[in-house]
Order: sequence, then structure tokens, then C-alpha cells
Amino acid sequence: MAGDVILATSDVTMRFGGLAAVTDLSLAVRRGTIAGLIGPNGAGKTTCFNMITGFYKPTMGTIVFDGQEVTGLPPHKVCKAGIARTFQNIRLFGNETVLENVMIGRHLRQKTSWIDAVLFTPGYLREDKAMRAHCLELLAAVGLADLADEQASSLAYGAQRRLEIARALATEPSFLLLDEPAAGMNPQESEDLMGFVRTIRQDFDLTILLIEHDMKVVMGICEHIWVLDYGVTIAEGAPEAIRRDPKVILAYLGEEGGLHA
Amino acid sequence: MRRGQTVILNLVAVAALGGFLWLAEGNFDGYKIQILNLIAINIILALSLNLIYGFTGLFSLGHAGFMAIGAYICSILIMTPDQKDMLFLLEPAYDWVQNAQAPFLVAVLAGGLVAAAIGALVGFPLLRLGDDYLGIATLGFAEIIRVLANNFPRLTNGALGFKGIPDYANLWWNFGWCLVTLYVIVRLLKSNTGNVLKAIRDDEAAARAMGVNVFRYKLLSFTVGAFFAGVGGALLASLLTTIDPKMFLFTLTFNILMIVVAGGLGSLSGTVMAGIGITVLLEWLRVVENPVDIFGYELPGVPGMRMVVFSLALIMIILFRREGLMGMRELHWQSLFKVFSRGRA
Ligand SMILES: Nc1ncnc2c1ncn2[C@@H]1O[C@H](COP(=O)(O)OP(=O)(O)OP(=O)(O)O)[C@@H](O)[C@H]1O
Ligand SMILES: [Mg+2]
Repeated sequence: MAGDVILATSDVTMRFGGLAAVTDLSLAVRRGTIAGLIGPNGAGKTTCFNMITGFYKPTMGTIVFDGQEVTGLPPHKVCKAGIARTFQNIRLFGNETVLENVMIGRHLRQKTSWIDAVLFTPGYLREDKAMRAHCLELLAAVGLADLADEQASSLAYGAQRRLEIARALATEPSFLLLDEPAAGMNPQESEDLMGFVRTIRQDFDLTILLIEHDMKVVMGICEHIWVLDYGVTIAEGAPEAIRRDPKVILAYLGEEGGLHA
Repeated sequence: MRRGQTVILNLVAVAALGGFLWLAEGNFDGYKIQILNLIAINIILALSLNLIYGFTGLFSLGHAGFMAIGAYICSILIMTPDQKDMLFLLEPAYDWVQNAQAPFLVAVLAGGLVAAAIGALVGFPLLRLGDDYLGIATLGFAEIIRVLANNFPRLTNGALGFKGIPDYANLWWNFGWCLVTLYVIVRLLKSNTGNVLKAIRDDEAAARAMGVNVFRYKLLSFTVGAFFAGVGGALLASLLTTIDPKMFLFTLTFNILMIVVAGGLGSLSGTVMAGIGITVLLEWLRVVENPVDIFGYELPGVPGMRMVVFSLALIMIILFRREGLMGMRELHWQSLFKVFSRGRA
């Protein structure tokens, strides 16, 4: 099925009072690809993520994921359908340990309940052990295995970003949304991040849509890019075409002085 | 530390508690035993409130309401029909109230279950409210329960309440239920469900993104908390042998809230320690309400004075040690050993 469209939004619009944050957005993300959503500050990128993941109900339009309409579903149902996300301003469960943060992502796939925990049923003990092992593997995959018992809020910035991704992976998504994963990283860290994103796409069989301001990252890993400006899609295509598109250059010139890539 | 060792140490601690209670039963006077009983019940109540407020982040002030439900249900079930015949003076009891009877264990369980059922029922609309509104709404709920108790004399004997409730709630029952409460809540919080509740407390939006049906889990926490509040109320009714609607005023919730805040929102061991400390202090502070004699001057006692002292203490905690005794930390065997070995070195 590689190559078919896994996520399609048709003419999705989000208005907040008089402000049209996103207008007539039509994405078609192909399965197995890494796609990008870019645009100047306030262009409406995060709003798109919030609509796709059910945090905002679009004013108009429909969102179809893997053949199933998910428009207006609450976030937990969207997650269960297979869409996971990270947040632009990292949102970890700060008082919990690194391992517990990841385990919370597993609860959807759990079969035993807390009553089994009270009764010490063999099924619970088996599942709990397997779940911990699985989560430790996930932590190893993002390079945080040594920090499993640390409190999440005590992690360094880069580690917090990776933990947020591990936590998202724990929900077993087929579609992963990353909101500015390279924010606050130095060039070397951004370079590593690109390799990391490619690796998880491969290892976890993912389709990835990411928002990013770092053009080196966007042009380096995205196979297809959508560009928003004031909520309107001003361009769409392969990185090479986007880089040369006069409308895109203009939008970015107005904002921060051109595309640095 | 391995699990086996922890289990053994826990069993040793329970046995030690049993030994202590056995000694206390034989040697303590009635007043001291009463304080021990109150300690057990207050710990049950505070643990259940900490589950709701400290671990799930639901600011609920409805505990007195759930306690009242547990207390009335249990009392109705353990009083004999003859007793009830004499008691319901204003209006005769409903037939099922008049005839219902059950052994103490069943009566306490029933008190908890009815409180839980009503908790789920009121939780359904209320838990969709934001934080501050939830506090006000649950406070209102507890008040409604009290007004209902006043106005349904055929069920509750109205303002007169119940007297002569059989005093089954001895040290063994109270501490037995206290251990059950502690065990169930510890197991619940140690399971992944516990992680989910804490996730909702820490960041509700992120929890939703992780697939958590936030409302369902809030309802679970609220219902389990209501159950144990009902159990605590049931035990209290049998311990005090009299109940009436005035007993379930907001001050009752306030006492429990104080234990939870003093021990640390999100720390079970903190709740246990604060439960012991504050129950003892509350009794000890009765002194300030009695007339005192200083250098030949008679100072009159001020009724309600200990609540003033306690409110001040709560304000002090909030100002100077917001996280309470333990914050969100727990006392483990391991940490105990560390303290002791450090003391020796
Ligand atoms: N809940 C909301 N209520 C009102 N306005 C909102 C809301 N969420 C977003 N907006 C507005 O919508 C517009 C788009 O915001 P959005 O966060 O989607 O931008 P963005 O492209 O992610 O920007 P950035 O690059 O700064 O993260 C902004 O003008 C913002 O103020
Ligand atoms: Mg954004």
C-alpha cells in the first residue's frame, strides 16, 4: 500500500472569531513519506496539527485518516486511530519518571485494568512486565535508556524532545506529527535529529508530518512540503521547487529575510 | 531492593501494627483508644481525598457528603428493627429502612458502594467542569446531601439523627479498613492507571494527546475516592454511635483537606503521617477551648478556638511549605534504611 494517501484534509478551515487561522487547507500526505508544513510565524501550522489531532474542531472541511473520517473526533479517539503528536512547547508529565511518561502512552493497548493490579492476577503481572520491557526498548531506541528512572522535568532540553517522541511512539501510531522538533537545537543536534527522524520512520513504519523553521532540516528530510502564509496554502511540492518558488521567497522575505538553506 | 524483601517488610510492619493494637486494647484507657480509632478513620478519609485531589488534580470539597451517605446507610443496616421503632419519633421509617439489616462488614461495604454510586452520578455532570467550578459544585453537593438528610425524616430521622448506633467499629475494624484502603490505593496508583491519573494532573492536554479518555479516568478516581469516603463515614457512625445532619458540615471536609495538604498532595506516606499528627493535635488542642488557669487568673475557654488555630496552621503551611510534609515523595523501606545507616555512620 506504500504510496497511497494516508491523511487527506479537504478544504479545512479554522476561524477564531473574525480571524481565519487556516483557510481551505487540502493536504494529501502519502503513506511512508516524511512531509513538511512550513510558513512564517503565526501562519497557522500548529492550528493544523490541533485540527488533525482533534484539539480543535474545524469550522469547515473534513479530515480523513486511513480511510476513516476523523473530523471532530476527540483527541483520545484520534490517538487510538493511530495519530500521535508532539507539542511545540514540550509538554511532558513533569512529576513522573521518564519510564512512566512512556508507559502512559501504552495504556491504550493494555488489556488488564487496575482491578487486576489490586488482585495481583497473573495476567496483570505478565502484561505489566512486558509493558515495562517494551517501554525500556523504546527509550533505548531514542537513547534515553540510562535515564529511565529520572524525573522527566529534570532532563536536558534535547532529551525532553526525544522523550516526547518516545512517548508518542508508545501509542503505536502509524502517523506522527512533530511540531518544531529542531527548535532550540544547534546545527550538530539538528543534523542528528534528521538521522533520528529517518530512523524512526524506518523502524516504526511511520508516516511523518513535521512543522519546522530550520530550512536545512526541512529541505534535508522532507519529500513533500506545504507552505502556509496567513492560513492560506501558497505553495506545495518537492523541496527543490519550494526553494525556488517566488511566492514562498516573498512570504519569508517579509518575515525573516529569506530562506537559509 | 527486591520485591520479596519489600513484601516481607510490609508483612512485618502489619504484624507490628497488630501487636501494638493488641497491647493498646489491653492497656490504654478509653480516651486514647478513641484517638487511635479516629486516626485510622481520618487516614482512610484523607487517603481517598488525596487520590481525588492530590493524584488526579480534581479539587473536590464533597467529602462530608460522601461520608454522610456512608454513615446513614451503614447505621440503618446495623440498627435493629426494634431500635429503629423507638428512634423514628417524628415520622415512621419507610418499611425497607425499618426492616433492613446486615452484618457490620456488609453494612460498611454498602455504605461505600452507595457513596460510590452517587459519586459516579454527580461526577458525571460535575467532572466536565473546570477546576474552580468543581470545588464550588462539590461543596454544593455536600450541602445538598445535608439538607436532604434534614428533610427526609422517614429515611434519616431528620434533624434528630440516629442515636445508639451499635459500636462495632473497634480498633480491629478501623485499622483493618485502613489497611485495605491503603493497599487498594497503593496498588491502583502503582498500576499504569495510576500513571494515567498523575498524567491528567500534570498536563491534561498532553494526556488527551496520549489517548487518555480524561473524563473516564477522572470519573474512576472520583468514584473510588467516594467509595472510601463512604467507608470512612460508615466506620465513624459506628464509632461515635450518634449521627445527625449537623455533623456533616464543611468543617469535616476541611479537617480532611488539612491532613492531605499537610502531608503533601500526591504523597500517601505523607497522608498517613499527617493523619496521625493532626488527629492527635486536634484532640490535644481541645485544651484551648476549655477554661485555663494561668497564675491564678481564670481565662475563659473559647469554643471553636482550635479550628482557628488549625486554619492559621493551614495558612502557614500554604505560605511557607506549599508542598507539605512530603511533597510528592513517598517513604520507602529503602529510604528508611538509608536514613538509619546514615545515622549510624
Ligand atoms: N485557540 C485560539 N484562539 C484564538 N486564536 C488562535 C488560537 N490558536 C491559534 N490562534 C491564532 O491563529 C493564528 C495561527 O496560529 P498558529 O499557532 O497555528 O501559528 P503557527 O504557524 O504555528 O506559528 P508559530 O510558527 O509561531 O508556531 C495566530 O494568529 C494565532 O494567534
Ligand atoms: Mg506553531
